[in-house]
Amino acid sequence: MIALQSPGTERDDAVTRLHEALLQVARSELRRRHRQLNVSGPELDDLAHQAAADAMLAVMAKLDQFRGESKFTTWAYKFVMFEVSAKIGRHFWRRPPVALTSEDWDRLPDRFGFDPAGESERRDFVRAVHRAVQADLTEHQRQIFVALVLDGIPLDALAEKLGSSRNAIYKTMFDSRRKLRASLVANGYLQGEEVRRP
Amino acid sequence: MSGWSAFDRFVRTDPADVGCGGTMAVMEVYAELAVADQPAAAARYPGVAAHLRVCNPCTEDLDGLLTLIRANGHGPGGI
Repeated sequence: MIALQSPGTERDDAVTRLHEALLQVARSELRRRHRQLNVSGPELDDLAHQAAADAMLAVMAKLDQFRGESKFTTWAYKFVMFEVSAKIGRHFWRRPPVALTSEDWDRLPDRFGFDPAGESERRDFVRAVHRAVQADLTEHQRQIFVALVLDGIPLDALAEKLGSSRNAIYKTMFDSRRKLRASLVANGYLQGEEVRRP
Repeated sequence: MSGWSAFDRFVRTDPADVGCGGTMAVMEVYAELAVADQPAAAARYPGVAAHLRVCNPCTEDLDGLLTLIRANGHGPGGI
């Protein structure tokens, strides 16, 4: 790390070595997650180069934030993980299985393992949740709920599509989950109780 | 778990959950602790552990770091 902050050739050598290490990590992580991508060969390697380059920028921009609570390499490699996730999220939209505007509430029971034969229970479930979503969520929260839950769009892909961040989308969904549970408890569909801790 | 019970589990929120931002900020520290002693990592960062129980993207990133640490010590090279 000290070498990265040094002047001249020492810094250049350190940057080169770090970039090579980040590229190796990006390649191995993309291989580990290849099922989420369905690409291989030069295209996969191109994604690895993009992820390594962006991780390198993040590391250099945040060097002064490294507090020494972990090995420097572990800290640097986490930015590769974040960039690989972002690239996979972006890649999702090359062949999206659903349109972002899709809103098929009949999918909801299957998302939560309802018995396909239990038509009455499935119908009641959809009606209750749909009503709670319409009544208690803001339009933005409803949009996020539909995309993540009904359409099954991965969170990072949705963040990419909306020009948002993983943290912001998660926070929106967190608030929606809390509001939906309160609504469904108030209407007698769920039991109200304190959060269970493991 | 299926049906209403699965949905109930989905909509339950833990006030201790630090979110993606809080988790990503300390993920490297959590990962190194977890490789040595998973319960100790969860005990030191209960808000991160609460988040990881429900956030697939952060869990995926952590799994990548854990895989790397376990396979290579701390990955290729070192600075």
